[in-house]
Amino acid sequence: MAAREIALTPRIGRLPAVAIRLHDLVVTTDHKKLGLMYIGAGLVFFVIAGSLASVMRLQLAAPNNGAVSPQVFNRLFTMHGTTMVFLVGMPIIAGMMNYLVPLMIGARDMAFPRLNAFGFWMFFFGGLLLYLSYLAAPGITGAGSAPDVGWFAYSPLTARAFSRGHSTDYWTLSLLLSGVGSIVSAINVIATAVSLRCKGMTMMRLPLFVWLSIVTSFMILLALSPLSAAQVMLLLDRFLGARFFDTQAGGSAVLWQHFFWIFGHPEVYILIIPAFACLSEIVPVFSRKPIFGYPIMVAAAVMIAFISLGVWAHHMFTIGMTSMGNIFFATSTFLVAVPTGIKIFNWLATMYGGKLRFEPPMLFCIGFLFQFLIAGLTGVMLGVAPFDWQLHDSYFVVAHFHYTLVGGFLFGIFAGIYYWYPKAVGRMLDRRLGIWHFWLFAIGFHLTFDPQHFAGFLGMPRRIYTYEEGRGWEVYNMISSVGVIAQVAGIMCFVVNLVRSYWKGEPAGEDPWDAWTLEWATTSPPPEYNFETLPAVRSSRPLWDLKHPEDPDWKYE
Amino acid sequence: MTKADALNPPVEPDDWRLPSRGVVAVVCLIVTETALFAIFVVAYLYYIGKSLGGPYPSEVLETPVIATICLLSSSLTIILAERAFERANAGGFRLWWAGTIVLGAVFLALTAMEWFRLLTGPRLTISANLFGTTFYSLVGLHASHVIVGLTLLTLTMILFLLRRVRPAHGERIKLISWYWHFVDAVWVVVFTVVYVIGR
Amino acid sequence: MSPRILLYGKRALTHALLAGAVYAVATDQVTSIFEPLSTPADSVYRAALLALAVCAAIFVTVVILLINAIVRYRHRPGDDASEPPQIYGSNQIELAWTVLPILIVVVLILVTARTIADVEDYPQPPDALKVTVVGRQWWWEFRYPDLGIITANELHVPVSESGRRQITSLTLESADVIHSFWAPQLAGKTDLIPNRVNRMWIEPKQAGTYLGNCAEYCGTQHAKMRLRVIAHPPEEFANWVESQRRPAAEDPQASAGRAIFFSTSCVNCHAIQGTSAKGTFGPDLTHLMSRQTLGSGAAPNTPEKLRAWVRNPQAIKEGCLMPDMQLSDQELDQISAYLLTLK
Repeated sequence: MAAREIALTPRIGRLPAVAIRLHDLVVTTDHKKLGLMYIGAGLVFFVIAGSLASVMRLQLAAPNNGAVSPQVFNRLFTMHGTTMVFLVGMPIIAGMMNYLVPLMIGARDMAFPRLNAFGFWMFFFGGLLLYLSYLAAPGITGAGSAPDVGWFAYSPLTARAFSRGHSTDYWTLSLLLSGVGSIVSAINVIATAVSLRCKGMTMMRLPLFVWLSIVTSFMILLALSPLSAAQVMLLLDRFLGARFFDTQAGGSAVLWQHFFWIFGHPEVYILIIPAFACLSEIVPVFSRKPIFGYPIMVAAAVMIAFISLGVWAHHMFTIGMTSMGNIFFATSTFLVAVPTGIKIFNWLATMYGGKLRFEPPMLFCIGFLFQFLIAGLTGVMLGVAPFDWQLHDSYFVVAHFHYTLVGGFLFGIFAGIYYWYPKAVGRMLDRRLGIWHFWLFAIGFHLTFDPQHFAGFLGMPRRIYTYEEGRGWEVYNMISSVGVIAQVAGIMCFVVNLVRSYWKGEPAGEDPWDAWTLEWATTSPPPEYNFETLPAVRSSRPLWDLKHPEDPDWKYE
Repeated sequence: MTKADALNPPVEPDDWRLPSRGVVAVVCLIVTETALFAIFVVAYLYYIGKSLGGPYPSEVLETPVIATICLLSSSLTIILAERAFERANAGGFRLWWAGTIVLGAVFLALTAMEWFRLLTGPRLTISANLFGTTFYSLVGLHASHVIVGLTLLTLTMILFLLRRVRPAHGERIKLISWYWHFVDAVWVVVFTVVYVIGR
Repeated sequence: MSPRILLYGKRALTHALLAGAVYAVATDQVTSIFEPLSTPADSVYRAALLALAVCAAIFVTVVILLINAIVRYRHRPGDDASEPPQIYGSNQIELAWTVLPILIVVVLILVTARTIADVEDYPQPPDALKVTVVGRQWWWEFRYPDLGIITANELHVPVSESGRRQITSLTLESADVIHSFWAPQLAGKTDLIPNRVNRMWIEPKQAGTYLGNCAEYCGTQHAKMRLRVIAHPPEEFANWVESQRRPAAEDPQASAGRAIFFSTSCVNCHAIQGTSAKGTFGPDLTHLMSRQTLGSGAAPNTPEKLRAWVRNPQAIKEGCLMPDMQLSDQELDQISAYLLTLK
């Protein structure tokens, strides 16, 4: 980065270059640097959380295995889930939105650059605090270590009586911190997209990535606060003897579940919509056609956001709600599948009649389409509440949400990274290594998660550190564990690619993919001020208009 | 034609005016704070009548009439302060802005006295029962927002007295007043839930 | 269709769904949700089949479209650099693929609502056997209020025969955290939540042992909070009831062990009917030897395992709430001999 931009940070005395670079990152408010820091930190946490999962799969590969104790296993799945959702998913989407939104709307930075930095550091310190629990949670009494209450921390398991020591408090506090970071980022994205658009960029000319970033951010505003509220209630219970979730005092254990899932369900859409956003930019470029049905894609995203606020109790079909309650949430769950399906159809229709190029970004998009289709359908199955009475809390659900989060979210993010890395760094990622990454990871993903559906059908519950022989689960667990090897190999290709290409990748130029949105109208990497002169636009594909003056988009608006 | 030119086609619409980033940000803030309060309100409503033992609301709560009047009038005074600011009436601004701070501070003081009475008299604590838990957390959450608001108002007053506030800061004054109105609106809800419905 | 063909059909379907995987076909060990043997599980199964069929059809259709797109519209080497026709959308197509999914959704809603009503709102007949299940970290307490029986970890119920239906109504409670009762072949799961009473029902159609698990993470030994439901033909069930209602055996040969049991803190946690041991924190031991397992499925109930369990439960179920009582070898022999008499 440093060699290609104007040095706007004055040199501080005669410190070594590394110190200067680090200081620059600590004080920066530049949305591009912060965006990359978000993504970089997210990827580091990804490797950590993936390692935790690998140990879990080692333990579960055989029945009655003794690789880890139950206590260690319970911490593993809690930390794996908490890290992946809050320290990998949330920062990566924040990073991508912060990096791309100003560039795509022709602005110089986010609306509130200092707030942006504040948000990053809140996330970062929240993450550190969570992992500090391994060392610090035992405290004076020696009880407790990393949190072990599951990533959704149901009460009353989290009450003082059942969760001794401070491990649960670390979970609560670290997520409160990083939650503030997410909310602040969301406010910033909305303010930027509404107030800093370049001339001519009406809302219906926004790149879909920006539209979906607005939708995601709006959902963050509505969903993160309920989690913070519930966590404050939990802290009050644990520290001041409040009775929010104290069943002995007449409190309701189910109330935590309602509050948590009012956050938790929109949260998963918060994670997946940015992946949708990546697809909506990448599939058109590699099909050489505009996105099919731009207004519908916007409407579908808004509908998903709206409906997803009303499906939360489909995580609670087994708590004994009335039949009316169960029917309501099953219905809303089916309804949210409709706009989601529409999006899949629109991406397909974008490909139809196009000229598809299977570069790594497109490969990951195709993987996404296949896997997210399956994930959505297993989700529909889970929405059939009686079916969920069998499948809830089984490995079928584990398979479903890994399909959405790994097969969907992660593949979408990989597509985005392969697509925008050249812009951020100025060099292409290696194409062959990218293809190796794709196939190794895809094969590993399917080996690991496909058999888990069947383990669920056969009655295997989740969050168990071991299982006995004879239930028929052994072969599925073995295959599932073997898949980790291929996934690890794929990720290693990815990491090597990221690092090597930084120095040795082919120079990318401004617009290596022949794309159409404004980020491709400046250098790679962009200068700190993004654009020499701020552009003005007349359509949603200003670079298409530029390259095809005989057939510009604005003629068809 | 250079790329810079090409990226500057004749633009419709002609005049390009966008909402101010400050307005958007404060609206977003209010949205997210509404979600936060909503959860505490839901918890309060859900637990009405479910305490296993006393003290009970009907026994110990006294309607905070004066405090409410103070807080709601402070919304009026802040509007008057804003108007004075728009008309560059420094004296008027000082008067009404300070009045807003005083009214808010009185509200806080009366709330503190109410809590003191409840803690020492009937011994209603946050751990006494579900009523105590939900009462102190909801009213306390609101009070913490009043404290934040008073801090913003006081800082503004100090900066104004130091002559650092200029007419161009009119929008910032407006946004702070929006936050203050939000805090008042939340009080209307909290009051209704705690002192009307919950009793 | 004869029941046998139906059963074989279901087996074939199960095998097909499990993609021919190899597993031990010991029927009472494998608990597939596609081999329901109880009315509510059967209702769920039929709804599940419909959902699977609908999703499979959608999957096949979309995948064919995807593969078609990839194959037909891939950029071929000889292609010129021209851009394909720039289509922006089509309102008719959008309408079609909105309306069709909504129709599918309507069907799913109807099927779902029907099944929910069939299972959840099924009126419990007055002669249903009532059992209260209390979930505890990390074992199951079963109380038969009308029969005066308290037992642990194995739920004994009568089979329902076609001529004479017999339902078992379960009332679900919890003494500590949230648990979940899941015996896949008997019914979907329902949670046991403190300060809340949930209800479910089962109607096993075949005698045998049905395995299950706690299905809500409840702490350290959630994995070994295993469940057994044993369905008996009516006469056998009556015999079981009678033997369970008898107070504890009084074998004079085991008096040494008995003395140790009653003088150490065993009685603080465990109850033995007909004696002064009335502890309620741990399982009722009156008929301990009538159970197939120890520690709710953590180990088989054999004399060696029993001795090992009493010696140090932590070695078999690490983190469980029964401490190592630090008994000497002789005390262990004597106590085990006593416990073995509790048939």
